[in-house]
Amino acid sequence: MANFYNDNPDLRHHLTHPLMRKIVELKERNYSDAEKYDYAPFNFEDALDSYEKVLEIAGEISGEVVAPNAEDVDHEGPHVVDGHVVYAKGTQENLKALIKAGLMGISLPRRYDGLNFSLVPYIMAADMVSRADAGFVNIWGLQDCAETIYEFADEDQRKKYLPRVCAGETMAMDLTEPDAGSDLQAVMLKATFNEADGTWRLNGVKRFITNGDGNIALVLARSEEGSHDGRGLSMFIYDKNDGGVVVRRIENKMGIKGSPTCELVFKNAKAELCGSRKLGLIKYVMALMNGARLGIAAQSVGVSEAAYREAFAYANDRKQFGKPIIEFPAVFEMISLMKAKLDASRSLLYETTRFVDMYKIYEDIARERTLTPEERQEMKKYQKLADAFTPMAKGMGSEFCNQNAYDAVQVHGGSGFMKDYACERIYRDARITSIYEGTTQLQVVAAIRHVTTGSYLKQIKAYEEETYSENLSALKEKLVAMTAQFEEAVNVVVDCKDTEYVDFHARRMVEMAGHIIMGYLLLGDATRNEAFVKSANVYVNYGEAEVAKNSKFILSSSMDKMSVYKN
Amino acid sequence: MSLNIVVLAKQVPDTRNVGKDAMKADGTINRAALPAIFNPEDLNALEQALQIKEQNEDATITILTMGPPRAAEVIREAIYRGADTGVVLTDRAFAGADTLATSYALSAAIRHIKDYDLILAGRQAIDGDTAQVAPQVAEKLHLPQITYAEKIESVKDGKVTVVRRLENGVETVVSSLPAVITVTGSADACRPRNAKRIQKFKYAVTPSELKALDPEKTKMVESRPYLLLKEWSAADVNADPDQIGLKGSPTKVKGIVNVVFQAKESKCIEGNDQAALEDMIKELIVNHTIG
Repeated sequence: MANFYNDNPDLRHHLTHPLMRKIVELKERNYSDAEKYDYAPFNFEDALDSYEKVLEIAGEISGEVVAPNAEDVDHEGPHVVDGHVVYAKGTQENLKALIKAGLMGISLPRRYDGLNFSLVPYIMAADMVSRADAGFVNIWGLQDCAETIYEFADEDQRKKYLPRVCAGETMAMDLTEPDAGSDLQAVMLKATFNEADGTWRLNGVKRFITNGDGNIALVLARSEEGSHDGRGLSMFIYDKNDGGVVVRRIENKMGIKGSPTCELVFKNAKAELCGSRKLGLIKYVMALMNGARLGIAAQSVGVSEAAYREAFAYANDRKQFGKPIIEFPAVFEMISLMKAKLDASRSLLYETTRFVDMYKIYEDIARERTLTPEERQEMKKYQKLADAFTPMAKGMGSEFCNQNAYDAVQVHGGSGFMKDYACERIYRDARITSIYEGTTQLQVVAAIRHVTTGSYLKQIKAYEEETYSENLSALKEKLVAMTAQFEEAVNVVVDCKDTEYVDFHARRMVEMAGHIIMGYLLLGDATRNEAFVKSANVYVNYGEAEVAKNSKFILSSSMDKMSVYKN
Repeated sequence: MSLNIVVLAKQVPDTRNVGKDAMKADGTINRAALPAIFNPEDLNALEQALQIKEQNEDATITILTMGPPRAAEVIREAIYRGADTGVVLTDRAFAGADTLATSYALSAAIRHIKDYDLILAGRQAIDGDTAQVAPQVAEKLHLPQITYAEKIESVKDGKVTVVRRLENGVETVVSSLPAVITVTGSADACRPRNAKRIQKFKYAVTPSELKALDPEKTKMVESRPYLLLKEWSAADVNADPDQIGLKGSPTKVKGIVNVVFQAKESKCIEGNDQAALEDMIKELIVNHTIG
């Protein structure tokens, strides 16, 4: 009886982080729902107990339903029938189980039938579902879009759509078009207001839309005729019940094959404006993307977990030269580094999630009452941290996910190249994580200003101030030294006062910051829980070498040498 | 029209994951070494009840389980999945019951429930594997019984339509209500526990469990009547002391043998042509493996 929550004590470790008490207290407005709803908690312990019980359900479904279906879903995939998507049989079973379990609308308020959970257990459920099947998590995880409706749509729309999401209707975010990928300012899908019946109508084509045939879609469209940039775009809500959108085809992908990636044709499709006109891209999509990036960070960690477990099990099982291959240095190093990268990216994931949770909850409280100056200040602090950490968690987490998937196949040797082992599917599934919702290169673009403005450094210094176990002091010294190297490299680059040169070294500098941050986070983990001491050691050793490598590269380069790389 | 469904459930040792210490030296089950779980086919029965409830808004599902006080866990697990309420039939006097005494006790409890239209149970429990209890309950209550149900197709106009899974196919039968139905493991798997229900009912307790709670939780249970589960003794259900427990159990265990399955003899049929295949099939028919 596989349960992906109970078999992974690391999750409980992150769920019980000290900041959770404050997060839950704020989220529950001091437990005031307990009087109104029979399933609301009456104190922190009660809430945390509920989180765990619900995560056990999510862990059971992940282990007992989603994971066993993953291989068949990968082979069968979804189909288009009469312009609509029919999921693979296993996908339908997965979705049915999660809906029956009430695991939709996890973080939405209770007044819309949600569970009003903190983002942390929601992301944790996504972590587990991803471990089970990275393709399926996209369909289930698009409930994220409901957050955007909650934040920006009007009350009538909230009442209309949010309970439907909680009841199990799936969602989609229709952004990309054939000529508007990373550059969404180029979106062409046309929204016209029909004076006759007072409705908006959408016409055009969207491409690469995950779960494009979902029940409720958020659509980015050009509402301002004659406009050409992002300021002419608005966000719309399309209800599948109204019709007008057909799925032209489903892409044939390398991985996450169970997740239908659709090309959609909008033919005078009725839609509702969400929020204010012209803020579609500049405000709402940014919020949507930040949520989605956190989701992909969770997916990356879940896939990393699956890759690590497959590799670890095989390395123990497979005997060569008279002993299990895990006993050979080349293999045990690989396995321990996989675990360290997994632990590091998971720590970063939950740290980021807490930051996002904190500021979003404050934002929500601000809809009910005026925040005190202290609260406002705290909200701003966490918002800044969330902005800085989200691209790092997505960027580095997805890269580690790919590295772990690569190593999982490597540990399996020739067998890993065959379809007989799960690592082959994991390897293909992992590949998308560093591409969609913004490639790693675009995460670096979002992250680099936190290098140049010093916000990563500030947070690193805050971590440095914290108290860690004495047995970790050698590691801490290394992190202090790494920070000095990071500062030196950043100063050298920034002093050149050249944007292109900063961009040239951006990934190197962001990664340096990432290694240091993850190193400190693991130190914190190891202080709270001895099980992390090994990963803290392995990761800091690895990070130290990576930081030195990047430092060496930066210090030995100069602006004029950049031309060697230009075409 | 209200529809009262009683689901019989049993907490059993998880004999599907048997380790080395699963059996004591004397051949009896080492219950301490095996986790207590919801008998798997009882979960199939519960799912059928829940599907009927989805089609009949005013249906209520009551779980009835006999066992030690800790069997209340089965009731909670069923409630998390959608059952309405439950009764733990518990009394030292019930201990040592065979299938006859068990079915007597359960039928006494069902009589005590009074209003019932359907009694569902798993085909058999994984600890005893007898498949006798529910049929005996039907006999004692003088009710029609339908065994090996794979799908309860409909419940309407005082009739239940059931698809039975038989060795050679399926059979659809119709019965009047009330009726006893046993459900096989090939029926739909039970739905998972529900997130809202587990939060609502996680503090549901029987009166004997209530005594062990701290004052704060006791107060909460008392202010939320749906959190109090029923617990009935032999006297509560007017059970005849001579027909329950060890006393009411004519089954006597003479001895227990630890059987290890192994092939005693094997026969190899050589060749890879049609003739060899026919020889093998003949052999399998002769020794009744097939046919």
